[in-house]
Amino acid sequence: MSKLESKIPEGPIETKWSKYKSSVPLVNPSNKRNLEILIVGSGLAGASAAASLAELGYKVKVFCFQDSPRRAHSIAAQGGINAAKNYQNDGDSTYRLFYDTIKGGDYRAREGNVHRLAEVSSSIIDQCVAQGVPFAREYGGLLSNRSFGGTQVQRTFYAAGQTGQQLLLGAYSAMERQVGMGTVQMYARHEMLDLVTIDGKARGIIAKNLVTGELERYFGHAVLLCSGGYGNVFYLSTNAMGANVTAIWRAHKQGAVMGNPCFTQIHPTCIPVSGDHQSKLTLMSESLRNDGRIWVPKKQGDDRNPNDIPEDERDYYLERRYPAFGNLVPRDVASRAAKERCDAGFGVGPSKMAVYLDFKFNMMRYGRVEASKLGLANASDEEILKLGKEVIKEKYGNLFDMYKQITGDNPYEASMRIYPAVHYTMGGLWVDYDLMTTVPGLYCLGEANFSDHGANRLGASALMQGLADGYYVIPYTIGAYLSKEIATKAIDTNHPAFVESEQRVQNILDTLLNIKGSKTVESFHKRLGKIMWDKCGMARNEKGLKEAIVEIQALRKEYWSDVRIPGVQHEFNPELDRAFRVADFLELGELMCIDALNRHESCGGHFREESQTEEGEALRDDENYAYVSVWDFKGESQWELLKEELKFENIKIAQRSYK
Amino acid sequence: MSHGSMKINLKVWRQKNAQAKGNLENYTVNEVSPDMSFLEMFDVLNESLVNKGDEPIAFDHDCREGICGTCSLYINGRPHGPLEGITTCQLHMRSFNDGDTITVEPWRAKAFPVVKDLVVDRSAFDRIIAAGGYVSVNTGNAQDANCLPINKEDADDAFMSASCIGCGACVAACKNASAMLFVAAKVSQLAKLPQGQPERYTRVASMVAQMDKEGFGACTNTGACSAECPKEISLTNIALLNRDYMRAKFLENS
Repeated sequence: MSKLESKIPEGPIETKWSKYKSSVPLVNPSNKRNLEILIVGSGLAGASAAASLAELGYKVKVFCFQDSPRRAHSIAAQGGINAAKNYQNDGDSTYRLFYDTIKGGDYRAREGNVHRLAEVSSSIIDQCVAQGVPFAREYGGLLSNRSFGGTQVQRTFYAAGQTGQQLLLGAYSAMERQVGMGTVQMYARHEMLDLVTIDGKARGIIAKNLVTGELERYFGHAVLLCSGGYGNVFYLSTNAMGANVTAIWRAHKQGAVMGNPCFTQIHPTCIPVSGDHQSKLTLMSESLRNDGRIWVPKKQGDDRNPNDIPEDERDYYLERRYPAFGNLVPRDVASRAAKERCDAGFGVGPSKMAVYLDFKFNMMRYGRVEASKLGLANASDEEILKLGKEVIKEKYGNLFDMYKQITGDNPYEASMRIYPAVHYTMGGLWVDYDLMTTVPGLYCLGEANFSDHGANRLGASALMQGLADGYYVIPYTIGAYLSKEIATKAIDTNHPAFVESEQRVQNILDTLLNIKGSKTVESFHKRLGKIMWDKCGMARNEKGLKEAIVEIQALRKEYWSDVRIPGVQHEFNPELDRAFRVADFLELGELMCIDALNRHESCGGHFREESQTEEGEALRDDENYAYVSVWDFKGESQWELLKEELKFENIKIAQRSYK
Repeated sequence: MSHGSMKINLKVWRQKNAQAKGNLENYTVNEVSPDMSFLEMFDVLNESLVNKGDEPIAFDHDCREGICGTCSLYINGRPHGPLEGITTCQLHMRSFNDGDTITVEPWRAKAFPVVKDLVVDRSAFDRIIAAGGYVSVNTGNAQDANCLPINKEDADDAFMSASCIGCGACVAACKNASAMLFVAAKVSQLAKLPQGQPERYTRVASMVAQMDKEGFGACTNTGACSAECPKEISLTNIALLNRDYMRAKFLENS
């Protein structure tokens, strides 16, 4: 157990972070200039960390696999970012954001980290506005807010349905400013393929230049992994095509332990799968649930056009089951409820694996307000609906357009069809309060770490966490480590540890290219995804998980003997890059199933069918599972389970209820 | 595995690397479904090429929902294809007919050298941003966000400019391969906001200087950039840039 020291500062929860900040060791400016930091990933966490650390004076190198750092997948986040500003005067506070996040995470997150997140949330909004991020505003010129699932206040800041884009461009431009000043060196189209450790400390990485295929060595006094989530292990997810687990997985195999790898968020509102050609799934922002009502027909197999199904024949099942939160229950709850209705035969659309999301009720509501503003006392329903559509268009126009583009249906005229899809991974590398992994000098930020969301993340909290980690946490916590490294001179990359690490990568690449088998990387990835979705997806059980482990092992064996990769290493070869990523997914998938099998309780997004209440809600087992499952890699298919006990000193642990 | 019943003929630009000479190659994809995206049709084609032992076609793509700006493709002579206001990844095969022949080329511009096949190097855009496309505010220096009221119209305007995804379609569409719309979008976003005022004129001067240095062409106001922009960034951004640039030069000389 000694390996897992969470290093939560002593004292009352409200003062832990401020006391920590005033007592953490500092590095003086002239020493900072000699300390090098490598950052892998340029999303919200990576870009904000790069900008902030370079501003402090550190020498920073940033790596991303995309052709530009501005394309990291944070850019696709739609709905918003939470902050406990209480601008709406509706009772919000740091404590409430902290409480909502712990409860939303189904009591499987660490109190100290989450409270800090809530504390710094306000400053993030300030910083972004100062950078020129154009958040939505009211006519009075002040910032606008909306609601998200799992909360009863309006604390979500947004920029239409493109909040992630605007926040990332803010962080990206702050980072590019440092690139212009020469304090950040940017390496686009580079993928980290191994971590280099010397005397147990992280000292660098091996990266592949994706244009030339060359393996390159980079030294750093510290390494930050900000490489995002691993939802693509399911093949179909809302993640970008290139999103992968490789950076954190290579670190895992070098000693960084994984926390709660099976905790996956299945997002309730995505566009349903349309055929076997499908390469990815598209999210329809949770913000739509502010104004959209989810329903299915009351009659099984009702094939009528949704517009022809009258009100009293519709089952608004979220409003029925959860009157207090209604359509704004947390994601895990909404997803399971959709699955339950579809499994029971009430699903709609060609596949019957979809439910309706309907805006007409709120279009009429908005329409009446607009009609009143315009002084139209006797407006017809038709006129009111038209006015209401305009309001909806302003709020969600880009999402409606996206829906129409993908499905060919017009969501202004009829209910959208939606179904849950893999969206986010709460699990990731285990980190302590400093965001340091179990490898000294190796940090992990943003979605790539396991820290703040427990077993379920609340909407609009991913952007908050990524930026909190990068702008406000790491600039302080990294001093605790680097202040002891000021005497360490830059290590020559001809050091045997670099040579050995590069050789390890070279061997993998050579092996992959020499298999010359008969099946494409894509076909293996699809098969892995199907196993994961069927047996380690929205509902899991002992039998299925045990089968999945055997199936994944067999698939992996087949992969290493029969995969076909065209071309050579020393060229632009996306198939080879993908083959490396899928090889890692084939190992991760097994660990996710092992983790899910071990956790014989349901919590948040992890639903074990054996553990549910009579009403079908997730049933936790706090006596036996109030811990973070931490997995230490010991060799192929071998992990040792470590446990970090979770202590709830400020929030009374209770069965979650949104009724 | 059957997908659908459309048959699509493709002429695709193949180029081994930056130094090699490229050419158009013919391919036929059968069993295309109208629900497939354009890139999913490429996935199907690439699968079949790998299965046959041929080299798959390299193309850039990532989010596949129209926001990351990675995908490109010059389709039948138009960046991002025939529809307006969308990126290639949002283009679906229902926009084409059974039996169509479609020509697919990379972005063509001196400042965007081809990396391989349909993939180009757009790092020039990053260097333009690094030259001045930001507000100089270090982390931790900000006042409370609501201490700075901004009227809604200005904020909305700034947002429209900020919605640029940096894909480079404007450059590909322009006969001069000018990056003016891309540069103008960032210049305008910040010029329309109070936060952008202190560096307003130095910003426009340094960003334009970097644009010229990268080898983009001059703007002759033909407007193809805006017409082809998947985010429909308006030409008025360029007008604003021109005004600010004139002023900047005047300030420099006075």
